[in-house]
Amino acid sequence: MMMNSMKRMTWGAAAVALSVVVSGCAASDAPKTAVVEQGEPALTRAMPGAQIVAMRRLTEAQYRNIIADVFGPDVVVAGRIEPIVRPVHEMIASGAAEASISPAGLDQFDAMARNIAAQVFGEQRRAQFVPCVPRDEKLADPACAAKVLTPLGRYLFRRPMSPAEQAFFVKLAGDGAGPTGSFHKGLELALAAMLTSPRFLYVIESAEPDPARPGELRLDAWSRAARLSFLLWNTTPGETLLTAAESGKLTDQAQLRTLAEAMVASPRFEQGVRAFFADMLLFEKFDELSKDPVIYPYFNQDVVQALPEQMLRTITDHLVARNGDYRDLFTTQRTFMTRSLGGLYQVPVARSAGWVPYEFAPGDDRAGLLGQAGFLALYSHSGRSSPTLRGRAVRELLMCEPVPNPPGNVNFTAVQETGNKAKPTARIRLLAHATDPSCSGCHKITDPIGLSLERFDGLGMARKTENAALIDASGEMDGKPFQGAIGLGKTMAASPSTTQCLSMRALSYATGRSGEDVEELVPALDRKFAAGGYGIRALFTQIATMPEAYRVVTKPLAAPAHVSMLTQ
Amino acid sequence: MAFDLSRRTALRGMMNGAAVAVGVPLLDAFLDGNGTALAATGAQVPVRFGTWFWGLGVNPSRWFPDTAGANYELKPELAPIKDYQAKISVLGNFNVILDGAPNLPHVSGGPAIRTGRALTAERGLPGESFDVTIGDQIGTRTRFRSLDASAIGDPRNSLSGRGGGNLNPSETSAAALYTRIFGPGFKDPNSATFTPDPQVMARRSVLSGVTEQRQALEAAVGAADKQKLDQYFTSLRQLEKRLDVELTKPEPLQACVVPGAKPPEMNASGDIEAVMKNHEMMADMMVMALACDQTRVFNMMFNNGASALTRIGSTITHHQLTHEEVLDNRLGYQPNATYFLTRIMDAWVYFIAALDKVQEGDRTLLDNTLILAHSETEFAKFHTIDNIPMMLAGRAGGRVKSGIYVDGAGTPVSRVGLTLQQVMGVSIDKWGSKSMETNKTIGELIA
Repeated sequence: MMMNSMKRMTWGAAAVALSVVVSGCAASDAPKTAVVEQGEPALTRAMPGAQIVAMRRLTEAQYRNIIADVFGPDVVVAGRIEPIVRPVHEMIASGAAEASISPAGLDQFDAMARNIAAQVFGEQRRAQFVPCVPRDEKLADPACAAKVLTPLGRYLFRRPMSPAEQAFFVKLAGDGAGPTGSFHKGLELALAAMLTSPRFLYVIESAEPDPARPGELRLDAWSRAARLSFLLWNTTPGETLLTAAESGKLTDQAQLRTLAEAMVASPRFEQGVRAFFADMLLFEKFDELSKDPVIYPYFNQDVVQALPEQMLRTITDHLVARNGDYRDLFTTQRTFMTRSLGGLYQVPVARSAGWVPYEFAPGDDRAGLLGQAGFLALYSHSGRSSPTLRGRAVRELLMCEPVPNPPGNVNFTAVQETGNKAKPTARIRLLAHATDPSCSGCHKITDPIGLSLERFDGLGMARKTENAALIDASGEMDGKPFQGAIGLGKTMAASPSTTQCLSMRALSYATGRSGEDVEELVPALDRKFAAGGYGIRALFTQIATMPEAYRVVTKPLAAPAHVSMLTQ
Repeated sequence: MAFDLSRRTALRGMMNGAAVAVGVPLLDAFLDGNGTALAATGAQVPVRFGTWFWGLGVNPSRWFPDTAGANYELKPELAPIKDYQAKISVLGNFNVILDGAPNLPHVSGGPAIRTGRALTAERGLPGESFDVTIGDQIGTRTRFRSLDASAIGDPRNSLSGRGGGNLNPSETSAAALYTRIFGPGFKDPNSATFTPDPQVMARRSVLSGVTEQRQALEAAVGAADKQKLDQYFTSLRQLEKRLDVELTKPEPLQACVVPGAKPPEMNASGDIEAVMKNHEMMADMMVMALACDQTRVFNMMFNNGASALTRIGSTITHHQLTHEEVLDNRLGYQPNATYFLTRIMDAWVYFIAALDKVQEGDRTLLDNTLILAHSETEFAKFHTIDNIPMMLAGRAGGRVKSGIYVDGAGTPVSRVGLTLQQVMGVSIDKWGSKSMETNKTIGELIA
């Protein structure tokens, strides 16, 4: 650990030295890749002095939230966005920091951008966004176009456009108005170009010298505004944050805290918490969830859509609405139901549409997040439950303890079909793994956890027997025995890994860095989390205000040879 | 077929309501005597390249022929290709060499075939896949550099990309594929009239504007972000290129028959019947995208590596069956897992047949195409990655021999990628890395 951080420090310093050369743009021996070429377009100075330290691609949810916030929720965002590849055992948020945009992906962004721009400047909505009357609807009008595009650019690029950028997009609107014979078509094309620009599709984080640590860098005010906004509300910074960035509030520790506290107190914080947990709990897997309808007659499209929503409602109700302790999320008896879920859970739901609060009876095994059908169904096979998948998900997702893959040459023959009458329950079938030494190493850290959830089938419906044999729901984790989902929930709540894992995921989510890269900050953060009663607001406020999260850490890259020579 | 592909309905024209009727016989006039070139322009009938992927391999002793050469023996699991055997070569005994990198089950094999490199992280690709390299060579003049589709309906189901964490996303429904190819921006090559769309012209200039932001951004980024920007601007150039194509009057193409209607939306699911249906509709779209010269490169994924295919009434997926189903002592294989392989071979034959039905002069579209079909494992039960089953269909316009079984004798699988790229005109003499670096073209295949 010590060695690692030492190395990182050295590299950080080297990178800073390099960036100074780059921003000076004058040194004759500067690496070729970083030299600003002669005859640069006016745009080159769009972000004067800014060092770009990270580019994080927007997720689909962020894209949709931004369009709804900037243009109104009635603007339709049609189409899908190129998925960001999740690094193994990491957050999509850290994958976003590595994601590029493929030709097919850009195609989709381009089609969506044109569609959105056409709606924004269509006859219905244009009055909302065009505060001036063009001299002639059929011709370009640079002055009016500037009035339209300047404020939009500030919202979409999350910082004011430079005069050069402004002139550029106004010119585009003019160039577009000519051939189409329409001022509004021109605006449409300029807006589509903004929405296809890397400055929009990537959250670009840039840095400035850190006065507290000479020679080091920290995120600048605009990047902080975006960081706060995407972390806490999962959308683009609004007027308050942009104004705060302009007036220097975001680099002032006390004012930063005031703003962050206001943001976690806002109803919009729920949207941020939802996005975080959807990332942490791998909700993209719900897109691919399929169950055999013959085996699970309660499985249908309504249920598929309700499963993740039920988990998110349980999470946000407990953590946000009730300000609950994160550890209690694993034992809470409160949840929400729809009529279609009522069938699956075998509970009466009075209303035929929408969600109703529901509380399981004390002692019901169906307690906590892990007793929810969404979790149980996601970590099962299409036709039966899987103690191994469930145990692995608990370890990896909720306790940040990666479980190795099965060896490539594994022989699964020992695990018999569910129809085998000699081996009616999963516990008996999995004995084969527990006794084979090449399997038992991993299976003993996953299966005893998952076996406690066996009273729920592959869709998460309660059951007492499998193949007519009574199910034993005793489980064990790290030497601690327990019974059923409620026992598992209590064991999870008592484990320090549970809260430390959340701290690490949240920090990784905020910064876009991998778990390993933020690991050293976790113990201190977890102590603050504890001091805040393990409330989600306390955790996120802490992350939003800790100076370490805004420091720029440069990791060693496989840098080209000429660059490493320069840093000698 | 769910919708009508009849030539006459299609030729009535569909763009912007400007109906244009074109008589079919007129089109034949554009072909010269031997039917391989367009007489009007002298342009060659294009050669296309594609891949067709299926997950979970085969039962090797029931699929691979025993003897190398022509007229190879069709064992039970290969029997579905019978009618097309003369146009399909089988490749066996080519090995994936990982040089100590872990064999990530169902993950390592595909990228090794496509990139000639061993994957070390459980995501993305270790280098540029050869379909992308080939696309850069032959796909620069079409609207799309390549088209990618996943019949099982997962956009992440892809083995194509320029390396790193990103994969070219697959289209997940035939309807989306239809819109992409034949929706706005499509110009019927056989339409008698052509008017460049003023909006496309304006967009073209807008895009070159976006390119101007490049230097500004690249001046301020580090190496990792610069790579991302490079990929972004590469994508942007391809988009510009596509608009250029849309602004140019296309050459008439005899074989191009624009599908008359958008196929119905289907919900993605692992049910084998639904995936078969989705694949058929996607295959029809791909074939017409090729015939209408909208792309010259494609990647068709049938299922994913760890196949999530299911069959109504079965408790477990295709993937789990390969591991958990008992080998039937009498049969010597796993009957339920093998059922899926049979369907996969049926789907492959549908794809080949659809290409072969399209006549381009005296050849068929299949003859003018080269398709590598492959899996990601040899025998899924044990995750073996040597001798992964592969087939080569079509003759690339006469550049390759077909209808033979090639025994690779344990040489690196990268020889396949090297040969394919060379056949498609990529100028390289060696390909792959470490133990998979090779300069040995598969001579048996070269015509």
